[in-house]
Amino acid sequence: MLEVDIEHRLGDFALDIHFQAGRGLTALFGRSGAGKTSVVNAVAGLLRPRRGRIVMDGSVLLETERGIQIPTHLRRVGYVFQEGRLFPHLTVRQNLLFGRWFAPARERRAANLDVVVDLLGIAALLDRRPGRLSGGEKQRVAIGRALLASPRLLLMDEPLASLDARRKDEILPYLERLRDEATVPIVYVSHSIAEVTRLATRIVLISAGRVHAVGPVQEVMGRAELYPLAGRFEAGAVLGVRITAHDPRWNLTQLTGDFGNLTVPRLDAPVGAALRVRIRARDVILAVTRPTGISALNVLAAEVERLVPIEEGALEVQLRLGGECLLARVTRRSGAALGLAAGREVFAVIKTVAIDRRSLSRQGETAELDDGMETFDS
Amino acid sequence: MLDFSAAEIEAVRLSLRVAFWAMVGSLPFGMATAIVLARGRFYGKSLLDGVVHLPLVMPPVVTGYLLLLLFGRHGPVGRFLEESFGIVFAFRWTGAALACAVMGFPLLVRAIRLSLEAVDRRLEEAAGTLGASRIFVFVLVTLPLIAPGIVAGMVLSFARSLGEFGATITFVSNIPGETRTIASAIYTLTQTPGGDVGALRLTLVSIALSFVALLAADLLARRLGRRLSGD
Repeated sequence: MLEVDIEHRLGDFALDIHFQAGRGLTALFGRSGAGKTSVVNAVAGLLRPRRGRIVMDGSVLLETERGIQIPTHLRRVGYVFQEGRLFPHLTVRQNLLFGRWFAPARERRAANLDVVVDLLGIAALLDRRPGRLSGGEKQRVAIGRALLASPRLLLMDEPLASLDARRKDEILPYLERLRDEATVPIVYVSHSIAEVTRLATRIVLISAGRVHAVGPVQEVMGRAELYPLAGRFEAGAVLGVRITAHDPRWNLTQLTGDFGNLTVPRLDAPVGAALRVRIRARDVILAVTRPTGISALNVLAAEVERLVPIEEGALEVQLRLGGECLLARVTRRSGAALGLAAGREVFAVIKTVAIDRRSLSRQGETAELDDGMETFDS
Repeated sequence: MLDFSAAEIEAVRLSLRVAFWAMVGSLPFGMATAIVLARGRFYGKSLLDGVVHLPLVMPPVVTGYLLLLLFGRHGPVGRFLEESFGIVFAFRWTGAALACAVMGFPLLVRAIRLSLEAVDRRLEEAAGTLGASRIFVFVLVTLPLIAPGIVAGMVLSFARSLGEFGATITFVSNIPGETRTIASAIYTLTQTPGGDVGALRLTLVSIALSFVALLAADLLARRLGRRLSGD
C-alpha cells in the first residue's frame, strides 16, 4: 500500500496531490503537463517535494516535517521510464541483472531471471546491446530490469508513449500479465484513455496538479463531468462484462454484465472470460419508450442520473444501468424534446457494430481514439 | 643516418618514461578536478577553472619558473616534500615529469570534463532506482560511459609531455641522462657544431612517437565508442 500526500511548486505550477494505491495497477491519468510525472518522481526520490509524506507498506520514504528523505537507491521502488534508459555499455542480460546485486539477498530469489525473461518474451535479446533494439524491445527490457531489482512498488511513466500503435499492441499483453501475475503494486502514468481502460484497476484522475477523482475504472469513466479535466477525449463509459455465448452463425458474441446483455461482433476469447467494454457516448442513442423495429441489437433499460452540458449545444447524459454507468451524448434539443431529467427512465440503444474496434479505425479515427471498445482478460 | 648514439637513445627512453609518469601521475588529480568542474556547484568554480587552464596560456617558461619557486630545494613545497617524504623534484627526471604533468593537465581535465558533461544524467537516475548508491553508479555507469574521454585525455597529456620543453628546461634544466628529454636533446644538438644529423634523427623519432600515440588513442576511443553505440 502506497500513501502519497505531497505539495510542490514548479515555477507557476502548483502540485497538491493526495492518494493511495494498493494492489493491482493504479493509473495516474490526466492530460500532459498535469503533474503526473512529478508525482512518480517524488515517490522514486528523484524529486523532493516542498512538503509532504510518502509511505510505502508502513515504511516512511519521505516526511518533510521530520526531515526524513530516504535516498532513491534505498527505496526499492522500480521505475520504468518513458524512454527506457537502458545502459548502452551493457548487454541486455547485464542490464536486466543490474539491480539484482543491490537487492537484499533474501528477496533476490523472488525475481528470477528466467521467469521474467519468459514473461516479457526477451530471451532472444539477452546477448545484444540496447543500441540495436527496437523501441518495443527496449521497453520490455526496461520493465524486466525494474522487476529484477525486486522492487516493493513499480512505477511506470508513460512506458508506451514513445511507441507507435503496433509496438503498443506488442507490449500491452505483457503489462496485463504483469498486473495479474506479479505481486508488486504498479503505479502507471498515462494520458491515454485506451491504455488506462485496458490496464487500470483504479484510476487517479489528475488535472492541473490536483487529484479530481479516485476510484475503480468503471466508476471514474462513467462520470460525465470528469471528461473536460482528462484532456481532449471523447466521453465513454466502461462496462465490466463476461463472455456468455458465441453465435457462430451470425458471427456474434454475447456479453453479460450487471446491467443485462450486450451483443457485439464475434470476439476471439473463450466463454467465461472477463472483459471491459468501453462504449463511447456518441454511439449511444436514447429513447423514452422501448424502440421496436430497429436494427440495433442492444436496447438496455436505464435511468438518467445526471445531465452535463458540454460544448456545441450537446448534452452528456449519465445513465445508471444496474450497478454500472453508461454515458450518452445527445443534442440539447433532443434532451428537451425527450424531457430528459434526473430520474427519468429511458432506453439506451447501442448499435452492435459501433462497438467493433476495426470499424472504428476504418472511420479514420486517431490512434488515441480508435479504441471505442477495449477488451482484456482479467 | 639511423645509427643512434647512446645519448640519443637515452633521451628517447627518458622522454617516454617522463611522459608515461606525467600521464599516470596526473590522472587521479585530473579525474577529481574534472568531476568537480563538471558536477560541482560552489563559489569560485570559475576561478578553479581558470587556474587549471593557466598552463595552457602562460608562457611555459613562467610555469617552469613558478615550479622552481614552489618545488625547488628551497621552495616551500619542495622543502616540505624532501623533509617529510624524501621526494625531490629539483633537477631530477621526476621534476621533468611534474613539469610535463602540469603542462598537460588542462588538456587531461578538459577531455574528461567534456565527456562527463555529455553523460546522460538520466541513466544515473535509472541506476539509482535500481538500488545503486552514488559510488556504484559512478563505477558501473558513469565511468564506463566516460572511458573514451579518459583515454583521449591521457593521450593528449602523454603527447603534450613528449613535446614539452620550456617549463622542463626552466625547472629541471638540461642534464644528460637525468632531464635531457628529446626536446632538450634536439635543442642541445642544434646548438652544437655538427649536431644537425642527430637533431634530425630525434626529430623523426619525435614525429613517429606523436603519431603512434594519436593513432592508438583514436583506435581505442573508437573501440570504446562502438561498444556504447551498438554491439
